[in-house]
Amino acid sequence: MEITYREAIVAAQREALKNDDRVMVMGEDIGVSGGPFKTTVGLFEEFGGARVRDTPICEEAFVGAAMGMAVTGRRPIVELMFADFMGVCFDQIVNGIAKHRFMCGGKVMVPLVIRTMGGGGTRFGAQHSQTGETWVSQFPGLKVVCAADPSDAYNMLRWAIKEDNPVIVLEHKFLFTRTQDVDLDAPISADILTPAVLRQGNDVTIVATLAMVERALAAAETLAAKGINVEVINLRCLRPLNMEPILESVRKTNRLLCVEENHSTGGWGGEVAARTTSEAFDYLDAPPERLTLPDWPMPYSPELEDAAMPSADKVVETVVAMLT
Amino acid sequence: MSDPKTKKVKLSGTSATRLPHKVLIDLYGRMRSIRAFEDKIHDSFLNGLVYGTTHLCQGQEAVSAGAIAPLIDGDYLTYTYRGHGQCIARGMDMEAAFAEVFGRSTGVSGGLGGSMHLTDMDLGLIGSFAIVGAGLPVAAGAAMTCQYEEKGNVAMTFFGDGSTNIGAFHETMNLAVVWNLPLLFICENNLYGEYSPILSTTPYEDIARRAEAYAMPSDIVDGNDAQAVYEVVSRHVERARRGGGPGFIECKTYRYKGHSRSDPAKYRTDEELASWMEKDPLKQMVKLLMENKILTQKEIEAIDQEISAHTDMAAKNAAEAPFPTEKSLLDETYATTPLKNFG
Ligand SMILES: Cc1ncc(C[n+]2csc(CCOP(=O)(O)OP(=O)(O)O)c2C)c(N)n1
Ligand SMILES: [Mg+2]
Repeated sequence: MEITYREAIVAAQREALKNDDRVMVMGEDIGVSGGPFKTTVGLFEEFGGARVRDTPICEEAFVGAAMGMAVTGRRPIVELMFADFMGVCFDQIVNGIAKHRFMCGGKVMVPLVIRTMGGGGTRFGAQHSQTGETWVSQFPGLKVVCAADPSDAYNMLRWAIKEDNPVIVLEHKFLFTRTQDVDLDAPISADILTPAVLRQGNDVTIVATLAMVERALAAAETLAAKGINVEVINLRCLRPLNMEPILESVRKTNRLLCVEENHSTGGWGGEVAARTTSEAFDYLDAPPERLTLPDWPMPYSPELEDAAMPSADKVVETVVAMLT
Repeated sequence: MSDPKTKKVKLSGTSATRLPHKVLIDLYGRMRSIRAFEDKIHDSFLNGLVYGTTHLCQGQEAVSAGAIAPLIDGDYLTYTYRGHGQCIARGMDMEAAFAEVFGRSTGVSGGLGGSMHLTDMDLGLIGSFAIVGAGLPVAAGAAMTCQYEEKGNVAMTFFGDGSTNIGAFHETMNLAVVWNLPLLFICENNLYGEYSPILSTTPYEDIARRAEAYAMPSDIVDGNDAQAVYEVVSRHVERARRGGGPGFIECKTYRYKGHSRSDPAKYRTDEELASWMEKDPLKQMVKLLMENKILTQKEIEAIDQEISAHTDMAAKNAAEAPFPTEKSLLDETYATTPLKNFG
């Protein structure tokens, strides 16, 4: 069925609410009003306010409460309106949710989902434009996935709700209106975490997440017209990181470019490049490259924001430079 | 130490003057400027000059005007994404404010901040914080500076009703009392946090009850009555200046527009909006000024016209200013002051 990214998110939650009593959704203005980004539309009407629950503005409390529910047998889904707001509940996420099972000697499960929407390109300024990817991908105990299209958004969330570990599902504000044909009855599977080769090519492997994936694909079109064929991989899962499909691709293309909407220091591109260098060193014909945000917070002014974001044009330029 | 008792002020609606005429006229001017600025921002975003989102404060002007008029040079303020009113009331240059919201290089922050982040340190306008609750602890720090410097200055922090449910609010309330900080908490209770009516997220409508729990002196005031806000805030400010510690003032008010640019505000009734518009802070002040023969209708119109012309000109100039162009923003990201300056 042809659905939007946004509808995919609603559909995955509806399915879970319908099939599993333990599932509930909570967040700010997600009930009666269907969510600030309309990612819970109709759920309140269908399942009621106890299971589709509006919270006060208290991220630390409701994210912590999600952990409390999870360790006592429930399956909460939390919506954080902007990924930037993870800052307010960071302690619960990294010191609590990520480590609790470990500190209990592996005797408990913390099955919860935190969905949050991030990213730039929307003129929201420095405190409302971050993807959050690198904030949370450092911590053992968490799983972190990034939805790049409606199919990802649907299937990752379905998987995350079934998963027995805490999962952070990162979505991108820029993608809400993207449409795609999605099989709503596809089996729920962890396959959705496997990096996906979206376009085949022999010249350079481009790895991207979230909104950078479509930019990489657009660049691939332009490059093809120049006779350059790149392979585009949607990384999908930051933790655990599955390097095999990337290594396999690099063994063929001998070149790697990571495109990410994060600052380069501590970005996932550094990890992917390092792993590629140590695990496929002999196959590399050039140093791995990264295209990232510059080293300053997101500016508000449109031209500056556009200049900060990795664009299809910049991907093209970088690839051409790598090959010359 | 702080007086744990609280004294409630009746919602006024009275039309007797209790302040010098000069002060009342000043309050009116500040409110009219805020209204003119916000209306212009509204038009400007319909004209494509404003990017992303913006949070307007029409209807709440009396809070900013009444609370900020008692402040003096050297006082500090923090406020929120809904912060244009505080900036204009404090005297931010309108053209630079428009330019910031239009993303221009002549903006107060060179176009880097935008509508949610107007700031001007020369006026003590520390910043508008787009993360709910984040401005409160920062204001506490500014109040600590005032305390160390012993010049009788204070800090003031503005926040909404909905913000009083987040941890930072409670931590700062406690800190302000135990450290006896010269910090004024101005709660703009506009009855909604985003799309949620206050009673769906908070156990009562009188947020000032929270101050009692922290043994902080507090008042509830008609936030659409600039004179009342001014009087009550002045009392708290004077106490804070003398070392008497923090105060909490809850201002009952209402925003006319939706929460932000994308919100048509379907969660409230037309009647509710209309009833608040009847209590419009500007209308109330006009009535007060005229009934007490402080200003004639003509004189008021002259003020309005002057402000409106000034606002139009400021917006026009701002819209003609250049956008910042692509360049390194490293100097804006890190200070590069030589270490000797700290000797
Ligand atoms: C930590 C955090 N959570 C959520 C938000 C999203 N948000 C922005 S404003 C707002 C409502 C705030 O309501 P209130 O404090 O009453 O202020 P008002 O907007 O009414 O002036 C919310 C939930 C945010 N900016 N920061
Ligand atoms: Mg409010």
